[in-house]
Amino acid sequence: MTTQVNKDLTYIKIGTLEDFRERMGRVIRLNEKEIVVFRTTDGTLYALDNRSPHRRGGPLAEGMVSGHFVLDPLYDWKIALDTGQVQAPDTGMVPTYPLKIEGEDVQLGLTLEQAGQLALER
Amino acid sequence: MGITRQKLVLIGNGMAGINTLEHILKLSPEQYDITVFGSEPHPNYNRIMLSYVLEGSKTMDDIILNSWTWYEEHQITLHTGTTITSIDTQQKIVFADNGLFAAYDCLIIATGSNPIILPVPGHQKQGVVGFRDISDCSVMLETAKQYRNAAVIGGGLLGLEAAKGLLNLGMNVTVIHLMADLMERQLDPSASAMLKAELERQGLHFLMEKQTAEIYGGERVEGLAFSDGTKLESDFIVMAAGIRPNTALASASGIEVKRGIVVDDYMQTSAEGVYAVGECAEHRGVCYGLVAPLFEQGAVLAKQLCGVQTKPYEGTQLSTKLKISGVDVFSTGVFLDQPELTVIRKQDDWKQQYKKLLLKGDTIVGGVLYGDVSDSSRIQQWVREGAAMTDAIYAELMGTAGTALSAADRVAQMADDEIVCGCNGVSKGSIVKAIKDNSLTTVDEVKACTGAGRSCGGCVPTVSHLLQYVLGDEYAGQKTKTGICGCTDLSRDEIVAAIKEKHLTTVKEVMHVLEWHQSEGCSKCRPAVNYYLGMLWPQAHEDEKDSRFVNERMNANIQKDGTYTVVPRMYGGVTTPEDLKKIADVAVKYEVKMVKVTGGQRLDLIGVAKEDLPLVWKELDMPSGYAYAKALRTVKTCVGQQFCRFGTQDSIGMGIRLEKTFERIDMPAKFKMAVNGCPRNCAESCTKDIGIVGNDGGWEMFVGGNGGIKPRIAELLCKVKTDEELVQMVGAFTQYYRLTANYLERTSEWVERLGIEAIKAEVVDNMDRRRELYQDILAVLAELQEPWSAALEEQGESSYLFEAIQLK
Repeated sequence: MTTQVNKDLTYIKIGTLEDFRERMGRVIRLNEKEIVVFRTTDGTLYALDNRSPHRRGGPLAEGMVSGHFVLDPLYDWKIALDTGQVQAPDTGMVPTYPLKIEGEDVQLGLTLEQAGQLALER
Repeated sequence: MGITRQKLVLIGNGMAGINTLEHILKLSPEQYDITVFGSEPHPNYNRIMLSYVLEGSKTMDDIILNSWTWYEEHQITLHTGTTITSIDTQQKIVFADNGLFAAYDCLIIATGSNPIILPVPGHQKQGVVGFRDISDCSVMLETAKQYRNAAVIGGGLLGLEAAKGLLNLGMNVTVIHLMADLMERQLDPSASAMLKAELERQGLHFLMEKQTAEIYGGERVEGLAFSDGTKLESDFIVMAAGIRPNTALASASGIEVKRGIVVDDYMQTSAEGVYAVGECAEHRGVCYGLVAPLFEQGAVLAKQLCGVQTKPYEGTQLSTKLKISGVDVFSTGVFLDQPELTVIRKQDDWKQQYKKLLLKGDTIVGGVLYGDVSDSSRIQQWVREGAAMTDAIYAELMGTAGTALSAADRVAQMADDEIVCGCNGVSKGSIVKAIKDNSLTTVDEVKACTGAGRSCGGCVPTVSHLLQYVLGDEYAGQKTKTGICGCTDLSRDEIVAAIKEKHLTTVKEVMHVLEWHQSEGCSKCRPAVNYYLGMLWPQAHEDEKDSRFVNERMNANIQKDGTYTVVPRMYGGVTTPEDLKKIADVAVKYEVKMVKVTGGQRLDLIGVAKEDLPLVWKELDMPSGYAYAKALRTVKTCVGQQFCRFGTQDSIGMGIRLEKTFERIDMPAKFKMAVNGCPRNCAESCTKDIGIVGNDGGWEMFVGGNGGIKPRIAELLCKVKTDEELVQMVGAFTQYYRLTANYLERTSEWVERLGIEAIKAEVVDNMDRRRELYQDILAVLAELQEPWSAALEEQGESSYLFEAIQLK
């Protein structure tokens, strides 16, 4: 993991490493919000909003993972896992979240604002 | 060693000159130091194929005949973009516009020809071009992006090809022709009329018997005015009124020129050591504008220059083919009716075919074909040889010999010395020999090896038939090799062969060993490779969920909002009141958004939340309907013998039996069946992968139907008497499809690709093979598990796939 750890983020434990299998998306649900965590073949973990930026939306969790990309299951868009950037010829961006691994624990980083929003929603 | 090579200079880097060099390099590679001067900035390319570039079916790269490396390999000095301006025939030196010069012992002039630009007022305006070289072609491609209306002056070969190209580029095109008939120098009025009607159908407009008087406009052309006072608005004009031999250099250098550069039967000009070939030359009073003569001339000249005995060049029997896709026209020899000739003619306006043979006494002297030109090479041969007309030729050509010959039979019957490629003079015998000796398998390889099909391409279908004739089933067709997706250059067959040969067992291994460009593939190749592995190693291969499309991974159909549709099996479209109640209860409990009757006689439960899927399956306690799978979806049935007053067979019973036997097995694509109890066909057999029709004596089995976006009516595979035989036949057919189809290839496409006869031969006629196929599919079927209950048993699996991690 090379993700930079931002001091202003709040880290929440979302599971342990074995909860996340290679090339399979796992949905993390925070109230109404869905984030998906992908684990690539080389073991890297990524967290993104579980929503395709395609105008008709749809989940990303069921997409096929190839290298450091996920292929949108509904519209076959190619999306970079690290940046959330939709690859040409399509355009768009998926919000991404930092992850922190401590021992076996996987933690999701949220900004104070995001965490506050969650607290509000709760 | 120590031998000084003679200096050979070639002026003109086109097809005629380079072809001559190719012959020389074969005959006597060490004899000459060769220098080539070309005005264009490209290596040698196939000018005849410019029409295809314009049409978009070929790229510029496709038509390069000799690449830069070819010149290097043969140590030829090539000066492109260099125009020779004078020849000193006394000192034997040529001089170029950029100061270069070269001494020669032998000089070949192959300067070709120029398009005739009619000297009408306004011809120098912007937007008026000829159609001759790559730069003209580029101008046309560019113009089509900006302008809409084009006019082509000239309804000959070149004009029509240019016009069709511009039409394909999206322009509105009008062809202006001076004469009453198109291609009047190659076709008779009947064929010409059929051609015009076809081209009009394709979208071209024609103005016949019009003489252009003026091209008007400002700096750029705006339109044409004709001698009869009418006008035509146009933003772009292509002059294709003919070509003129390019003789300026020769005549300025004191070499004898009439219409072209005058040559003798050995291509020698009036100057010592100076020769001319191709369109710039005039031989026995004739200047040729087609490709065949220049190859004949080149062959004679090369032998002459290499000191090889050769027959003199005595002129070429011309024949013509139009290079517009979908329009087949051919003519050779004498093609116009004349009082002293006997004309055999067949005109078929329904099939849009026209055939004509002209005889002088009994001798065949010419012919015209429209629509079907597969007899062209034979007619050419007969005319060349001055063959006599016989009853056999008549019967065959005019189709009175019973059933018409298939293409394969026709090539089988060709004599070995019959010329297939008229451009390069390649005979059937030499092609067949090349295929056998060098184990060639594709048209491109035959091209590279023999030269056949390398010029105008008109004989490519015959070459393809010859490959088929020599190779039989091993011939894969003439389509160029492409990978199954962007991740690999390998074709389906190559991948399958490699998996077998190298015994690869996982998707990852396949992609690694076969050097995929993207190490983990994409959504196209991953499911395909996963399927091929399962097909080849039914026992050993462990299905890879991460290479399955979401629907197959979840065993339900994903909808655009991320919910799923659940479809329970309803064998043969039959359910019970108890099952119906259960389905209704589940639908209420899990708040499905809609219950829908499908086209395949079952019930969709639309809008089930992902985490509810296992619960829904559990409560339904029914088998999965595989509505999501590349597998048998449904077997549609009619009421049949049990209740229907017309029913002669138990269609419901047979439908249920087939569905229970063949459900769950992975296939290349989705698969549907129907069973009818009588020939009224209420279950619509003709649009199913397998459609079965019962009659009094047994069953008829139809295959390869499709009711989707590319509808296709199923074809009769066989008739069987017993139920057992029918089940076996369905199994054998299905297994053969599983083994040989491309991933995602429906049976409709597959049947067309293989041909129903080939499938019959394997599945119906060959009893041993049928039994083997059936046994194989039964063995695979025995391994399969019901996916919904399997998912429920593997609790961990289902929770991973279906349940989200809830954060509190």
